[in-house]
Amino acid sequence: MTVGLAHYLFVSAVLFSLGVVGVMVRRNAIIIFMSIELMLNAVNLTFVAFGRFHHTLDGQLFVFFVMVVAAAEAVVGLAIIISVFRLRESVDVDRMNLFKW
Amino acid sequence: MAAVAFYLVSAVAIACAALVIFQPNVVYSALFLIGTLLALAGLFLLLNAQFIAIVHIIVYVGAIMVLFLFVIMLLDLGRDPAGTEQLPYQRGLGIGLGVLFLAELALMVSFGGGLAGAPEGPLPAAFGYTEVLGRMLFTTYLFPFEATSILLFVAAIGAVVLGKRRG
Repeated sequence: MTVGLAHYLFVSAVLFSLGVVGVMVRRNAIIIFMSIELMLNAVNLTFVAFGRFHHTLDGQLFVFFVMVVAAAEAVVGLAIIISVFRLRESVDVDRMNLFKW
Repeated sequence: MAAVAFYLVSAVAIACAALVIFQPNVVYSALFLIGTLLALAGLFLLLNAQFIAIVHIIVYVGAIMVLFLFVIMLLDLGRDPAGTEQLPYQRGLGIGLGVLFLAELALMVSFGGGLAGAPEGPLPAAFGYTEVLGRMLFTTYLFPFEATSILLFVAAIGAVVLGKRRG
């Protein structure tokens, strides 16, 4: 049985769903960030798999740009987490209600 | 042979991803995420994306995950924050909705679309080589590439401004 596009898409779907569950279940801001990275990586796998089976390199170029955005997002997000931690002594997202009122 | 490698690497990726989510220690979560990322690099290799696989390891494992671990250890976040859940049954609800979401995605994949108009036969020569990718990056994708540099610049400034201690 050869490995086709659907196999890669299914692996990607599982990884993306695990990322979604992580965002919904965990309350630690760092873990939520890691779940977001997981979802971005699942999408990267989809891009590369589609590109491979359509014989085009555009998917790989898109992965390049997704990586850059992920890096920028991680840097800014972690800086936000550090400044919230200074204020609240906690990274519990249930306590990050600074914008609520 | 390639099929065996695919199933092995996918199993590692999914198992490590599950451990990232369902495992209480934050440092271990970060280490398991590194495992997932390495397995994904293996999948990229199986998909003839050699350059992307190497860049993936360098950027994610070498830079982003080191940054994560640095912050975790800087803030001493070994444990999950204690306290009661805001929503009742948050854990069960989250997992249930996640399974529902996965079922939807699997249904969409099982329709078997996505290969309409796909070419038959072997891959073109030099598929995924650095030279070809670089040529595309600096011709077809020149404008997004330049926009990316501005994005990184703004992100660096933003991180410095946010991380600066006030007063």
